[in-house]
Amino acid sequence: MKINKTLIATLSLTAIALSSTVAQASDKIRIATEGAWAPFNFIDASGQPQGFDVDIANALCEKMKVECEIVTQDWDGLIPALKVKKFDAIVASMSITKERMKQVDFSDPYYSGGLRYLAAKGKPFDTSKAGLKGKVIGAQRATVAGLYLEDNLADVVEIKLYDNNDAVYLDLQAGRLDGALSDELPTFNWLKSDAGKGFEFKGQAFAKDDKIGIAVRKGDKLRAKLNKALNKILNDGTYEKINAKYFPFSIY
Amino acid sequence: MDFEVIVEYFPRLLEGAWTTIQLVLVSGIVGSLMAVPIGLARHSGVFWIRALPYCYIFFFRGTPLLVQIFLVYYGVSQFEAVRESMFWPYLREPYWCAIIAFCLNTSAYTAEILRGALAAIPKGEVEASKVLGMRKSLMYRRVLLPRAFGMIVPAYGNEIILMLKGSALASTITLLDLTGMARTIIARTYTPIEIFLSAGVIYLALSMLVIWVFRWVERRHNEYLRPIEN
Repeated sequence: MKINKTLIATLSLTAIALSSTVAQASDKIRIATEGAWAPFNFIDASGQPQGFDVDIANALCEKMKVECEIVTQDWDGLIPALKVKKFDAIVASMSITKERMKQVDFSDPYYSGGLRYLAAKGKPFDTSKAGLKGKVIGAQRATVAGLYLEDNLADVVEIKLYDNNDAVYLDLQAGRLDGALSDELPTFNWLKSDAGKGFEFKGQAFAKDDKIGIAVRKGDKLRAKLNKALNKILNDGTYEKINAKYFPFSIY
Repeated sequence: MDFEVIVEYFPRLLEGAWTTIQLVLVSGIVGSLMAVPIGLARHSGVFWIRALPYCYIFFFRGTPLLVQIFLVYYGVSQFEAVRESMFWPYLREPYWCAIIAFCLNTSAYTAEILRGALAAIPKGEVEASKVLGMRKSLMYRRVLLPRAFGMIVPAYGNEIILMLKGSALASTITLLDLTGMARTIIARTYTPIEIFLSAGVIYLALSMLVIWVFRWVERRHNEYLRPIEN
C-alpha cells in the first residue's frame, strides 16, 4: 500500500513538472539566428548572440509582449529545423526567395541588400563574365550568393562553397580564393576590420532587389503578429535607432 | 518523401561518393604504409625510439579529426612562408589537405593497432625464431609482421570504416564529397530527409564493401587457424 502511494505521488509530481514545462515552452517564442554574419548576427565574447538581427528580434518581442529566447543554428540547417519546430522564427538576415517561399512563410521585409564581389586591394578584378573566367570564387553554401554563382557562373569560375562567411574570409586571406561573392552589408563591416584591410569591393552591387525577411512555418499566425510589431518599430523610431547603431545609412 | 528529388540528384550523389572513395583509398594506402615504421618504433624496447611515435599517436588519437583538418587547412595556410613554399600548390587544394589530415590520423590509429598485435604474439613463437638463429630483420619479415598482419585485419577493417565515416568532415573545407554534395543539393531543394537518406544508403553500401573485402582477406590470410572440417 505504502509503495503504491509513493509511486502515485511521484508519478503525479512528475506529471505536474512535465505539464508546467510544456506550458512554459508554449508561451515562449524561440527565435533562431546563425551567429556568423556580423554585424547582423554574431556571437560576442561572452558567448551571447548579438547584432542587428538580434536587436530587431528583441524589439519585435517587446512590442508583441512575449518572452523570446534567441538560439543559434548553423546556416544550412535553419529552414529544416524551423520546419520540425525546433524554433518558431528565423531572424538571420534571410533573403526572401521563391525557393524558400515554397518551404516557409516570410514576414514583410525588415531590410534590403545586394550582392557584391570582393578581392585583394589594388589588384585588377574584372567582374564581367569574361573577366571572371578561370578564377576561384568563394561564397557561403545555401545563400543567394552561392546559388547565384552556381546558376550563372558554374562553367566560368571554380566555385568553392563554405559553411559560413568567416571561412570565406579566412580562405581569401590565405590566398586560396581569387575573390568572393557575398552580401554587401556584412562585407562592408568586415572590410573595416583589421582582417579585411587588404581587401576591397570590386564592381558595383547587383541583385539589389534582395529583401530580407523573418521566416516562420507555413500558415503560422506568428507572421501577422510579427508584421504588426515590425510596423510599430518602423514608425516609433526604434528601427531607426537600431539601424544607426550598425550603419551610418538607412538599410531599410 | 519526394522520390523525384532522389532520382534527379542521385548521379550527383554518386559523383560525391567517388570523391569519398578516393579520399579513403589514398589515405588508407598511404596511412597504412606510414603506420608500419611508426608501429615498429612504438614497439621498440628502447625508450628513445618509442618516445616520438608515442607522442605522435597520443596527439592524433587524442584530438578530434575535425580539429586536425582545420589545423592543416586553415592553420598552416596562415604562415606566409608556407604560402610561398613549393608545397603551396598542394596545400592550397582542400583535396590534398584532407588527404594529409586523414593520413596522419589513420596512420596513428593503425600504428597503435600494429603495436598491439606485435605485443600479442605468443612469446614462444618469438623464442622459436631466435632459437632457429634468425636475425632480427629476418624474424620480423618472416614471422612477426605476417603474424601481426593476420591479427590486425579485423581491427584494421574497423579503422577503414571509421575513416569512411570520418571523411564526411572533408565537406567542412569545401570538398564536395558525399556529404558535401548532399549538403549542396539540400541548399537548393530543401529536402534534407530524402537526400541525407540517400547519402546514408550509399555510405552503408560502401561500408558493406569494406566489410566484405576485409572478411575475404581475413579468411585467406588466417586459413591455417580455421578448424579442420570433417
